[in-house]
Amino acid sequence: MPAPLLVPALLGVAFLVLPLLGLLVRAPWSEIGPQLARPGVGEALRLSLVSATLATAVSLVLGVPLAWVLARSQLRGRSVLRALVTVPLVLPPVVGGVALFLVLGRQGIVGGWLYEATGFSLPFTTAAVVIAEAFVAMPFLVISVEGALRAADARFEDAAATLGADRWTTFRRVTLPLVAPGVAAGAVLCWARALGEFGATITFAGNFPGTTQTMPLAVYLTLQRDPEAAIVLSLVLLGVSLATLLLLRDRWLGRGAVR
Amino acid sequence: MSLAARVVVRRGSLQLDVELTVADGEVLAVLGPNGAGKSTVLRVLAGLLPPDGGRVVVDGDQVWDSPEEHRPAHERSLGMVFQDHLLFPHLSVTDNVAFGLRTRGVRRADARATAGDWLARVSLTGLGDRRPGQLSGGQAQRAALARALVGEPRVLLLDEPLSALDARTRLTVRAELHRHLTDYAGSAVLVTHDPVDAMALATRVVVVEDGRVVQAGTPAEVARRPRTDYVARLVGLVLLAGTAAGTTVELDGGGTVAVAEDVAGPVFVAVRPESVALYLSRPAGSPRNVWPLRLVAATPHGSVVRCDLAGEVALTADVTATSFAELGLARGAEVWASVKASEVAVYPR
Repeated sequence: MPAPLLVPALLGVAFLVLPLLGLLVRAPWSEIGPQLARPGVGEALRLSLVSATLATAVSLVLGVPLAWVLARSQLRGRSVLRALVTVPLVLPPVVGGVALFLVLGRQGIVGGWLYEATGFSLPFTTAAVVIAEAFVAMPFLVISVEGALRAADARFEDAAATLGADRWTTFRRVTLPLVAPGVAAGAVLCWARALGEFGATITFAGNFPGTTQTMPLAVYLTLQRDPEAAIVLSLVLLGVSLATLLLLRDRWLGRGAVR
Repeated sequence: MSLAARVVVRRGSLQLDVELTVADGEVLAVLGPNGAGKSTVLRVLAGLLPPDGGRVVVDGDQVWDSPEEHRPAHERSLGMVFQDHLLFPHLSVTDNVAFGLRTRGVRRADARATAGDWLARVSLTGLGDRRPGQLSGGQAQRAALARALVGEPRVLLLDEPLSALDARTRLTVRAELHRHLTDYAGSAVLVTHDPVDAMALATRVVVVEDGRVVQAGTPAEVARRPRTDYVARLVGLVLLAGTAAGTTVELDGGGTVAVAEDVAGPVFVAVRPESVALYLSRPAGSPRNVWPLRLVAATPHGSVVRCDLAGEVALTADVTATSFAELGLARGAEVWASVKASEVAVYPR
C-alpha cells in the first residue's frame, strides 16, 4: 500500500478511536455502580430512552408514508420536496430548536393558536423533547426507507395490482414487508440520532431534570460539576451506541456492506 | 367472454398502435422481436399503463379503457403471469396463490383451501409451505400460473412465461401450460418472442413489429406463409418478394424464381433452406431454378450447416455436415444453388 494513502488512513483511525479509548481509560470503573444509582441519572436515562422511542414512533408514522411519496408517487416537484425534507440533516440542531420555538412556542404561529385553544404550551415539556428529536432524526428514516423503496422491485406491486390489490393493500401486504429491513435500519438510525440529540432539545425543550433533561444534557451539565460522573454517563451512551451498531452490523459492517 | 382492444401508446421512439380481439376460450399469441411493443400491449390490457388512445372492452360492454375512462388494474378481472414469476418472496407459496382471493374478500381459511386445490392442479402438492425462493424455476412458474388462475379471471395475460426457464424445464412447463390453457374458459393473451411457444400454445397469432400488426392468422398459416422477414426467419424460411406472371416470379431485388403454381400480381415466395441444394459446378439437366451464388457465412445448426448465400438471389441453404465437408466450401466460395419449382411456396402479398 502506498504511504501517502496508508499514513493518513492510520491517522484517521487513531483520530476516531483514541477519544473513545480515552473515555474507557479514564473511566472510574469501581464507581460505576454508585454513580449510576445516583438520583437523576436513572431519570435522565429513562427519559432519553422513552423520548427517543417516541420520536422514532412519530418518525415511522410520518416518515414511512413520506418516503413512499418520494419514491413512488408521480407528484411533480418531488426533488424539491426531498430537498426540503433533508434540510434538518444539514441544519445545525440549535437552529432547528430556534425554528421549532418560533413556530410552536407560546408566541409562535401554531403554538400561539394551540395555547389560546387549549391553554397548553409546548416548550419545556417532555412532548417538546420528542418533537425536537423527531425533527432532527426523521430525515434519517425517510432517506433510508426511500432508498429501500427505490431498490425494491416495483414489479411486485404490479403483480399485486393484477391480483386485485388496491394501492393501500399493496403497500401493506407487499411493499412494506419487502422493505422491512430498510425500515428497521432506518428506525435504528433514527433512534440513535434521537438519543444523542442535544442542540434542538436544549433550545426548544430546555433542561429540566425529570421532564426535559435527557442523557446528553445531563452529561454536558455534570461535566462542569463532577467530571467523573460525566464519564460514567458518557460510557452509558457509548454502550447504547455500540449496541445500535451491533444491531446494524449485518447491513454496514463485514462483507454484506455492498448491497 | 371476449376481449376486444385497440391499444395506442406513444412513448419516445415507440409508436404503438395494435388492434386485437380474443374470443371465448381462445389463446392469442402476440409474437414479435424485442422492443416491438408486445409487453407494452400487455401492460395496457392489464391496466398497469393507461394508453394514449384506443379502447379495451371485455364482453362487449365492460369498458376497461377508453378515451373517457381508465379502470385501474385491481378493478379488472384478470390474471397475469410474468416472465420471472414475481411470486412475493415474503409469503409462502400457498399465501401467494391465495393472495388474489384475499384481496377480493375471501376468508383466509377458504382462500387457503382453494389455493391448496390449485397447487394440486399444477402438481405442487406438498410445496405450499415453502417460500418462492425454495422452488425451482419450473415450480415457481407453475405456482405463478396457479396464482393468476385462482380467481377465475375473464382475461389471462402471459408475458413471456417460459423464456426464463432452461430448455428442458421449458418443455414440461409448456406442456402443462397448454393443458391449463385448453381448460381455461376466458380470453388468454400470450406475449412471446419464441415461435415455438406461439405455435404450441396459441389458437391464433398476431405478429407485431415496430408497434404495428404485420401479420395475423392461425399458427399454421403464419408458419407456412410468413409475410415479413422477421416471421420468415422465426419459422425458418427464406422470404422473397416479387411479381408473378404465369409460373415465373420476377423478384423485387432482381432475378427470377420458377414456381409450380400459376399466379399473377405481387407475391411472396417462401423457400425452405433444406430444399436448397448446392453444387460446385452448374448442375446437369435443366432445373429451372439455378443461380451462381457466393457463400457469405456458414454456421452449424443442429445436424446441418446453415449457409447464407448472396448474389442474384439472397438465399439460405441447409446442407448436411457431410456434404458441406465434401463440397469443401470456404467463406467467399462460388457455388451453384438450385431448388425445385415444386418446393417453392408462392402466395399473394
